[in-house]
Amino acid sequence: MTDESIISISNLSKRYPSGFQALDNINLTIKRGEIFALLGPNGAGKTSLISILCGLVNPGPGELKVGGLDVIKDYRAVRKMIGLVPQEIAISMFETVWATVNLTRGLYGKKPDDAYLEKLLRSLSLWEKKDNKLMTLSGGMKRRVLIAKALSHQPQILFLDEPTAGVDVELRRDMWKMIRELRNDGVTIILTTHYIEEAEDMADRVGVINKGRIVLVEEKAELMKKLGKRQLVLELPAPLMSLPEGIQIEGLTLSRDGNKLTYSYDTHNSSGDIGQVIRTLYEHGIEFRDLHTSQSSLEDIFVSLVSANDAHTATATGELQ
Amino acid sequence: MNFHAIKAIYKFELNRTRRTLTQSIASPVLSTSLYFIVFGSAIGSRMMDIDGVSYAAFIVPGLILLTVLVESINNAAFSIYMPRFNGTIYELLAAPISAFEIVIAYVGAAATKSVVLGLIILLTARLFVDFSIVYPLWMLAFLVLISITFCLFGFILGVWADGFERLQVVPSMVVMPLTFLGGSFYSISMLPEAWQTIALFNPVVYLVNGFRWSFYGVSDVNAAFSLGMIVLFMLICLTVIWWIFKTGYKIKV
Repeated sequence: MTDESIISISNLSKRYPSGFQALDNINLTIKRGEIFALLGPNGAGKTSLISILCGLVNPGPGELKVGGLDVIKDYRAVRKMIGLVPQEIAISMFETVWATVNLTRGLYGKKPDDAYLEKLLRSLSLWEKKDNKLMTLSGGMKRRVLIAKALSHQPQILFLDEPTAGVDVELRRDMWKMIRELRNDGVTIILTTHYIEEAEDMADRVGVINKGRIVLVEEKAELMKKLGKRQLVLELPAPLMSLPEGIQIEGLTLSRDGNKLTYSYDTHNSSGDIGQVIRTLYEHGIEFRDLHTSQSSLEDIFVSLVSANDAHTATATGELQ
Repeated sequence: MNFHAIKAIYKFELNRTRRTLTQSIASPVLSTSLYFIVFGSAIGSRMMDIDGVSYAAFIVPGLILLTVLVESINNAAFSIYMPRFNGTIYELLAAPISAFEIVIAYVGAAATKSVVLGLIILLTARLFVDFSIVYPLWMLAFLVLISITFCLFGFILGVWADGFERLQVVPSMVVMPLTFLGGSFYSISMLPEAWQTIALFNPVVYLVNGFRWSFYGVSDVNAAFSLGMIVLFMLICLTVIWWIFKTGYKIKV
C-alpha cells in the first residue's frame, strides 16, 4: 500500500428521484493498493457510493476521480481500471462459465486471452466447470463466477459489494485468501460487508458510513487502539453486597449477583493499570478465584459508532424542530 | 471505439441464437411456409394476377416482411430486456462502452438474425412459388434497412417493457395486424377508395410496397417515398434511443 490516492471523492451527494438522500456530502480518499472496508447498516449508502463509482448510477453534485481521471469525462479509462462484484447474483443462467467470462473481458475492451482466463478460473476452482451452464452451479460457485468476471479484464481496483453474503465458511475463507493475494499483486480493494469480522480480518483501513454520511475513516489498527475497550473480569469466591467504600476506581463495577467485578478501560489510556487495580482490591480484602480479559471487536466499535451517530442525528433534528 | 466490446456482445448474441435455432429460425420458417402452401399454392392458384404478378408470387414480399418485422422486434427487444430482467445490465453500465456501441452491438446482432431469417424464407418460398427478383440489390437493401429499423424499434420496446407480457403486446397486437392490413396479401388499389386513403396512414404499407417493388418493379406507392418513410422511422427510433441513454430512462437512475 502507498499513500498515493487512487480514488478521490469530494463533496459528493446523491438524491434519487424518489427524494431519498442516499449520499450527503461524502469526502473520501482510497489509497492505491489498500484493502478498504466500507461498513454501514442497511440503506447507509454503501451500494449507492459503489454504484456511482462504477457507472451504474448517475452521480449527484460533487467531484469523483479515479486514478486522477474524472469518472464522467474520462469514463472509458476509469472503467477499464475497475472490476465490480455486485451484491446480487446477476448472471445469464443459460450461458456457460467460459462464455460469460469471455463476454466480460470483451466488454472491457480486452483481446481474448485464453491462457489468462484459464489461470483465473483455475485459481477460483472453476476450471472444471468452464463448460457448465451457470444455472447448474451452486450459489457459492455462482459467486466465484462473479469474481472471475470482475477480474477477467485485470482491473487495478476491485469493488466487492457484500462478496461473502450467503456463502459457506470454507468458501468465505477461500475468498479472503484470494482477496489478500490480489492486494499483494497491487490491486486496490474496496469491500462492503455485513460480516464485521471480515473487515477486522482483512482491511487496512475502515470507513463507516451511516445515513449517507461518512462517520469515520481510520486505519483499522489505529481505530481498534483508539476506540477499542478492554475489560478485566474478576470472579469472586463469595458474592459481595457492594464495593467497599474506600475503593475509588473509575470503570470498576460489581455484577448484580455480586459474583463478578468488571473493570473496563480504554486500550489507549495509560490509566488502565490492571496491576494497580488488583493491588487496591487486595488491600481492601477482596480476593478472586479466576480472572480473564477481553477486547472489544470491530463489531462492537461499529455498533457504538453508528448508535452514537444515530443519537447525534436525532438530537440535532430535535433541536432544529 | 471499443471494437472488442461490440464484437463480444455481437458474438454472445449470435451464440444465443445458435442455442435456440428451433425457436429463432425453424419455427418462423415453418409457419411462413404454411402461408405459402395455403395462400400461395392452394388458394393462390384460384386468384387473379395482380399488376401482372401471380397471386402466389405477389404475397411473397409481404410474407417475408411479416416474419422479419415481428422477429426483428422480438430479437432486439429480448436481447436488451433479458439483461434488465436478470440484472446483468450492470455489466453494460459498468463497462467502458458508449451507448452508440451498445446499440450497434445489440441491434447489429438482432438485424443479422432477421436478414438471415428473411433470406432463408426467401429461399424456402422459391420451393413453393415461382418468382424472380427484378432488383436484387435493392431487395437486399430494403431487407437490411427494414431489419435494422425494426430492431431499433425492438430495442426501444425492450427498454420500455416491464414484463414479458409487454414485450409481446406490440409485435402481436400492433405490428402483425398492421402488416396484415398493410397490403401483404392484396394491393391497396383493390380496396374501396375511402379505405385506400386510410391504408396510406399505415406505415407498413410503405415497407411492403417498397420491398415488393424491388421484386417485381410494381408498387402501390412510389418506391423512393417508401424508402424515405423507412429512413424517417429509423431516424425517429434513433432519436428515442439517444434520449433513453441521455436520460437513463429505465436503465440508470
